[in-house]
Amino acid sequence: MDLELMIASLPKLLSAATITLKLLLVSLIIGLFIGFIFAILRLNKNIFINRFAYGYSYLFRGTPLLVQIFIIYFGLGQIEYLRSTFLWVVLKEPYWCAIIAFALNTGAYTSEILRSAFQTIKPGVIEAGQSLGISSKIIFYKIQIPIAIRQSLPAYGNEIILMMKGTSLASTVTLMDLTGVAKYIISTTFKPIEVFIVAGGIYLFMTFIIHNVIKFLEKKYSFN
Amino acid sequence: MELLAFGDTGWGDELFYATLMTIAVSITAMIIGFSFAAIFTPLKLSNNKLLNLIANSYTTVIRGVPELLVIYLFFFGGTGAVMYVASIFGYNEYIEINAFITGAFAIGIISGAYSTEVFRGAVQSIDKGQFEAAKVLGLSKFAQFYKIILPQVLRLAIPNLSNVWQITLKDTSLISVTGLVEIMRQSYIAAGSTRDPLFFYSFAAVLYLLLTYLSMKLINRLEIKYSRGY
Repeated sequence: MDLELMIASLPKLLSAATITLKLLLVSLIIGLFIGFIFAILRLNKNIFINRFAYGYSYLFRGTPLLVQIFIIYFGLGQIEYLRSTFLWVVLKEPYWCAIIAFALNTGAYTSEILRSAFQTIKPGVIEAGQSLGISSKIIFYKIQIPIAIRQSLPAYGNEIILMMKGTSLASTVTLMDLTGVAKYIISTTFKPIEVFIVAGGIYLFMTFIIHNVIKFLEKKYSFN
Repeated sequence: MELLAFGDTGWGDELFYATLMTIAVSITAMIIGFSFAAIFTPLKLSNNKLLNLIANSYTTVIRGVPELLVIYLFFFGGTGAVMYVASIFGYNEYIEINAFITGAFAIGIISGAYSTEVFRGAVQSIDKGQFEAAKVLGLSKFAQFYKIILPQVLRLAIPNLSNVWQITLKDTSLISVTGLVEIMRQSYIAAGSTRDPLFFYSFAAVLYLLLTYLSMKLINRLEIKYSRGY
């Protein structure tokens, strides 16, 4: 065990962890937005809209995240037309490519989580709202959404942790996130176990925090 | 389309073999995962605190650390570990470990952590009366487990194991960083030499979709088979 290396690599890995967190946070916010829109599209009665939303989530849940990042980072740059538009400003940056891939990926999972949460709301709750004479818009915002959010918290907590692990793939498109820096240190020092313990420890710490925050929220918003 | 031709002109045959490689790694990893689950599920369910702690740390660490980091650990650390063990037995030559074995092992350990959780949940949701009834019938411990408990565990576990399979299948794409020529690696090579990454990565996505779709169909059949009588 090379304790000295472990201590020396800690600051480098910690500062890389901030990049991991930044990637996670930005993709989660965009992903939540996408997930919400697609969950509502999934509940739409129009079969084309419905199918489109299902196709999106099927596509992104059925393929590895690595393929998605590579298509966006290496693939899209190949389209000449895209290079001349303003989109190129975003797509030439590995940082934004990674975020687009993560956001689309987590958006697909989030849409499934929210959809099933909406579907498990008992019809009686909505009927109760209707019989009180509340407009369907307010029923949606004040009754359905709060229940759905509470309902989807445990599953969404898992998704956050999965996404945090997913951000490690940013290192494959040259970003120096926690896994990227860990790999760099391993390949220069050839001390995989020591680096794994420190980097893995940081990841576990973040998992622990996320887990407890979700647990706290679950308790806070529980029905009884 | 000529890019996908079989033979020397296209990448069809290479991608075909790469797909077989992905399937082979996934199945191997799944089997390794099952053997880990077979060890750690009883530890999780035992009344011994120490054994619980061992099993819980395994599943917590593996499920809380990115797959890629685990793969790097095995990729860079695997050779060293095997050579260290060999040196105890007096063998000091350089040992090169096959990328297939390293990859399948890394993914297998990850898959095993998920399988352990699935089996633990399935065993726990079996009615206590079933264990007692098996005992009362005077069956041997072995028969109690194989004839009474395991069939019920499998029925409950298969839907969740199908999720584990999907995760494992997709995780194998990460082994491409170690140079094993599976779908992702082959697409990377083809994309590099033809300068057509969009086509090859999209095709890789189609191959993965095909694999997940087909395995879904197969698992559904299995599910029906194991829920006979329910």
